Amino acid sequence: MRKWKLKLAVALIAITCSVFAGAAFADSDDDGHEGDGHVSLIPMEKKSYSGKPHVAPVVSERYKKECGSCHFAYQPGLLPAKSWEKIMSGLEDHFGDNAEVDKEQAAWLKDYLVKNSADKSDAKASVKILNSIKKGDSPIRISSTPYFVHEHHGIPLTAIRDNPKVKSLAHCQRCHTRADLGNYSEHEVVIPNMGKWRD
Amino acid sequence: MALALVLTAALTAPLKTSTAEAAVADDLLAKYKASGAKGFDAGRGGEMWGKESKEGKSSQPRSCVTCHTKDLKQAGKHAETGETIKPLAPSANPERLTDAKFIEKWFNRNCKWTYGRECTSQEKGDFLMFIRSR
Repeated sequence: MRKWKLKLAVALIAITCSVFAGAAFADSDDDGHEGDGHVSLIPMEKKSYSGKPHVAPVVSERYKKECGSCHFAYQPGLLPAKSWEKIMSGLEDHFGDNAEVDKEQAAWLKDYLVKNSADKSDAKASVKILNSIKKGDSPIRISSTPYFVHEHHGIPLTAIRDNPKVKSLAHCQRCHTRADLGNYSEHEVVIPNMGKWRD
Repeated sequence: MALALVLTAALTAPLKTSTAEAAVADDLLAKYKASGAKGFDAGRGGEMWGKESKEGKSSQPRSCVTCHTKDLKQAGKHAETGETIKPLAPSANPERLTDAKFIEKWFNRNCKWTYGRECTSQEKGDFLMFIRSR
C-alpha cells in the first residue's frame, strides 16, 4: 500500500518541478550574441518577477567588471548603437573622467554594446527609447533620451538631485530596486530617504 | 591525512597571495627601471599621493587622496559617482597588486585624470612602493 503512495508523491513532485521550470524559462529571451562567442539565453533570475524585463539584463561578467566598476552597469539596450560608438570613441573624457581601456578591450566592449544595443533588441523599453530619439541624434546620456525624460518628468528635486542618497538620474540602481535585472517598473521604485514611489 | 592536507592548503594560501603580489609588483618595477627610472622610494610615492594638482580635467584640484583617501587600508569613494573603491593596501585587500594589466590601466586613467598627463616610470615605481608598503 505504501509503495504506490511513494510513487505518487514522487510523480507529483516531478510534475510540479517541471511546471515551475517551464515557467521560469518561459520569459527567457534569446538576446543573441554577447560577444563572448556564444549565444546565451538570459539565465533564471536571482529574484522572481512576472513578465519580461523592460531592458535585456546584462549577463556578461566581462562587461559588468569593466563598465560597472565606477557606476551602474547600464544595459546596452538603453541606447542605440551609434550612441555607444560615440561613447567608446571618447573614453579619455568619459563624462569628466578618464575611462580608457586597452585596444583589445575597447574592441570587445564596442562589439558587445553594439550587438546588444537598443536597435537590436525587442525589449519594450529599448524599443520606446529608440523610437523616441530624433532621427540623426546620437545621445550619449541615457537620461537625456526623450523617452527617459518623459518617464522621469515631474519627479521633485528632493527625490533626486537634492537627495544625498541619490544625487543624479545617472544612478538608476539607487531607486530602481531591480535595475540590475533590467526591471524598471515604477511599482518597484523605492526612493532612499523617501520610500516607495507613488504617482 | 585529509585534515593535514586541508590545514596545509589553508596555511599556504595567504603566502601564495603575497607571493603573487610580490611577483607582479617586482615585474612592473623592473619594467619601469628598464625605461630609465632609478631608485624607487615609498616615501616619495607617499608625498606625491597627497599633492594636489590643478592640471587634471576638473574644476576642482585633485590628488590620489581625492578618491583613495590618505589611509590606504580604508575604502575610498569615486569623486564623481560616489561608488565605493575597495582599499588599496594589499594588507587590507589581497586582490591588490596581483594583476599587472589592471595596475597599468588605472595608472593610465588616474594620472591623466589627476595630472593631465601620464605618470613617468619613476612616479609609477614610487607609487607602487608606497602602495605595497601599506
